[in-house]
Amino acid sequence: MESQRRRHGMTRRAALRRGVLGAAALALMNGERPVAAAAPANARAKSVIQIWMWGGPSHLDTFDPKPDAGNDYCGPMGQAIATNVDGIQINAALPQLAQQADKYAIIRSMTHGVNAHETASYIVQTGRRPDRLVYPCVGAVVALFKGYDHGYAGIVPPYVVLTEPQGRFSEAGLLGQRYKPFATGGDPSRDPFVVEGIVAEGISDDRQLARRDLLHALDSLGRAMPGNEPFARLDACEENAYGLMFGEARRLFDLNAEGGEMRDRYGRNTFGQSCLMARRLVEAGVPYVTINYKGWDTHKQHFEIMKRKLPELDQGMATLLQDLSDRGLLDSTIVWWGGEFGRSPKVEWGAPWNGGRQHYGACFCSVVAGGGFKGGRVLGVSDARGEEVAERPVYPLDLIGTMYELLGIDPDGPLPNPRGLELRVLPEPGDGAPSGGRLRELI
Amino acid sequence: MGYWRREAGNFSRGAVLYRRWSPAGTECVKRWVLRQPLYAENRVGNAMKKALFALAVAALSAWAGEGPGGDPFQSAGGAVPGNRIDDLVVAELTARGIEPALPSSDAVFVRRVYLDVIGTLPQVNEVREFLEDTNPDKRAALIDRLLEREEFADYWALKWCDVLRVKAEFPINLWPNAVQAYAKWLHDAIQANMPYDAFARALLTSSGSNFRVPPVNFYRAMQGRDPSTIADAAALTFMGVRLDGWPEARRAELAVFFSRVAYKPTAEWKEEIVLLDPSAVTPLDAVFPDGQPVHIEAGDDPRAVFADWLTAPENPYFARNVVNRVWAWLMGRGIVHEPDDIRPDNPPVNPALLAYLEDELVRADYDLRQVYRLILNSRTYQQSSIPRSEHAEAETLFGHYLVRQLDAEVLIDALCGVLGSRESYLSMVPEPFTYVPDHQRTILLADGSITSPFLEMFGRPSRDTGLASERNLQPTDGQRLHMLNSTHIQQKIERSWRLRQLVETGKGDTERMARLLYLHILSRYPTAEETGVVKQYFERGDVTRAEAAADLAWALINSKEFLYRH
Repeated sequence: MESQRRRHGMTRRAALRRGVLGAAALALMNGERPVAAAAPANARAKSVIQIWMWGGPSHLDTFDPKPDAGNDYCGPMGQAIATNVDGIQINAALPQLAQQADKYAIIRSMTHGVNAHETASYIVQTGRRPDRLVYPCVGAVVALFKGYDHGYAGIVPPYVVLTEPQGRFSEAGLLGQRYKPFATGGDPSRDPFVVEGIVAEGISDDRQLARRDLLHALDSLGRAMPGNEPFARLDACEENAYGLMFGEARRLFDLNAEGGEMRDRYGRNTFGQSCLMARRLVEAGVPYVTINYKGWDTHKQHFEIMKRKLPELDQGMATLLQDLSDRGLLDSTIVWWGGEFGRSPKVEWGAPWNGGRQHYGACFCSVVAGGGFKGGRVLGVSDARGEEVAERPVYPLDLIGTMYELLGIDPDGPLPNPRGLELRVLPEPGDGAPSGGRLRELI
Repeated sequence: MGYWRREAGNFSRGAVLYRRWSPAGTECVKRWVLRQPLYAENRVGNAMKKALFALAVAALSAWAGEGPGGDPFQSAGGAVPGNRIDDLVVAELTARGIEPALPSSDAVFVRRVYLDVIGTLPQVNEVREFLEDTNPDKRAALIDRLLEREEFADYWALKWCDVLRVKAEFPINLWPNAVQAYAKWLHDAIQANMPYDAFARALLTSSGSNFRVPPVNFYRAMQGRDPSTIADAAALTFMGVRLDGWPEARRAELAVFFSRVAYKPTAEWKEEIVLLDPSAVTPLDAVFPDGQPVHIEAGDDPRAVFADWLTAPENPYFARNVVNRVWAWLMGRGIVHEPDDIRPDNPPVNPALLAYLEDELVRADYDLRQVYRLILNSRTYQQSSIPRSEHAEAETLFGHYLVRQLDAEVLIDALCGVLGSRESYLSMVPEPFTYVPDHQRTILLADGSITSPFLEMFGRPSRDTGLASERNLQPTDGQRLHMLNSTHIQQKIERSWRLRQLVETGKGDTERMARLLYLHILSRYPTAEETGVVKQYFERGDVTRAEAAADLAWALINSKEFLYRH
């Protein structure tokens, strides 16, 4: 492992050495932004909804049930149910998702072997092992290739997270501030959904406009320095901000526009309503939406928590898939479900865990749907107890690389960056990064 | 937060107690914490705090009766004597026909120098004291006072923590206990004004436990433990050089100095010893970055050999790098730009100026405060931000002060200070060392892993690399939305007891209230024109007086004057 990392580091350094400054770097020296090659217009997938299972969900209790492994592995959740696809079973705790199995593919052989949250979150969302640089996560890469630099003119920023940033690592990495997600704040299950900065409670539009005039009338320093560049940039941001406040964005975030029945279908909880919000965002053309779904780090009282949370997951995600499909959006929208790792298959019954599952990076599952991924499939196999990958290991970079391909982003192409380093979107095959190959079986 | 700092020895004992004996230990340490001296204002209870503020405002209210007319930002006369820096800067400007900006007004200067030197807004009474002072040397006197303020060390420790990547979690992984020990050591070194050569030597040559010998954490605060990673970090930190651009052979030569650094764990959780590899018995042949070869005997510490070379007065990188960094921190742009990209094909814009500052640092025995003092007392630093020349190089050659957005930490502190509110922070790790008392100022957050959505949004560096460019001061749409219209800011304004008090003091007299709010939030008087605008707003009739006052405060904290150093 150590030698592998070293080797990887050396090759990358060699790459840096080879590459002096590209055009992007030169542009940056002149104070411009890096410009990535545009994604081809014929890309199958236009958007991604990432359901980020913060903390790491148990694979046995969701999409990789092991009913024959016994109580020490299954606890009270050892039942599997048939799905609407012959031969595919998932945990009985997810009956609605079982009826959507034709729309998604389950990857049961995800692996990276890391059991620490931060490092695992980084690997799963960047496809990279930690080395001397911090790379951007998928959302930031999509914002780079399909965002403002490439004519994205949506009414909200191209990379949105519902509702709080993940916090485990800096999402944009070395790409910097511009590619960070817009975090909505607020809670979509509350009425109104108070999106930080866009929907203000208790300030009428008239007052909002009046105080904007006041702000402008009192802008003495700005008037004393006409043509000042930093101030001009601030003014431009302000104009965009008011555009968001008074424009379409407000209506976009107004979930009541969906009607009560639709809201009920998704489940009247934060996750369910986040799924609905994500669908609205994708419908409006936003290329990347993360639902940061917290609460899966269940060291203790695991099964009690699962009994509470899985129905929520089941209803929200199943409705999302059905609704996207009904609206013809599933073809162009990748839904990516997963956390930083799975949870230990063997249950810890003793104190202090009292029926808990720990972090588990050796083998876990992810689910992908839409955007060109074939549904009704299972890729890879875990062993009888879900402890090791038995067949077809899939590393995060394999999955991410396949998503990039579907999105029309060349995973082997250059990654323009503000530091002017010659970098690739994903590591070179054979660059020391373990890989099982891209997911040809699913596209 | 004051307590972590002031009681060095006690801190680590307390911290250990805290961890081992919770919850009883937690209580014990909490009690101990509460006994420690805090900022004068923090030490007192809420009621007392409000009473003190009321007194200050009442005094101010009497004084705020009249304001001077004229330009709020620049002054036609009253220039400070200046110093050698100005000769060198003006020589370059004159050669290009650039006219330097006018001197800043006293009001601009007082706000600027507080923000730049101690990362903290002046209190109303401090503004008042300074503006009323008729001593012609009052600017120099204020600079001397600020350099001795406790917040000086707070703020500059923050900057060094950025450079040195002080962060508990991914991808640096110093871990919380070591972060506190390290940050405290850095803070104390700055407070005690440790000569910069001794500071660098301590970081480069210490050995021992990461808890007990905090500077050894220099060797842990990086993504990797191999000699070449260490060489990268040492060159970036102390030479301002990015080895990315060096030929592989030269990089390998530099790495030799760090090839004997070894690490070993102890039985204590997350404790680690940094040491010289005891099994190494062969001598080393290395080459200094300036090309001089050196033979290192087996018993010698190669890190010390490097440090000797680095901190020698004639070293071409060491003094140059740090004075350039300090200049960039105070002036908004390096003489070599970016400040950590010193290389032959990126020359200083004013070589004589850089050489002068280097000499002055060496002459002062590496007392960095002398360099601060020199820069801060220059006319160049004290000039207005309003340019008098449209020449393209007016900015890069320091023909005016450069406006720039406040650091995320300074901005949230300024908001909390002005409004009397508090912030909460999140840490991904439930550790006792990450307990942040709610009156703690943000510039004192030691750990880059403890954060808030606000800090992330306003460009706080992630401390992954130590590069100066990690701190992002470019505005974004999201930032603007947040300041203009978020519940976070709106609630701070609506619930602000300080605003309430100011408004009550100025009751019935809109002009007086406008003056109080301007002095409190922008550290200056409003102009007659601004007062007129405010009066008009209050007379609109469709907002209540309280709403109008809240809107005025909202407009002032959203103004360029508030959000930017200027």
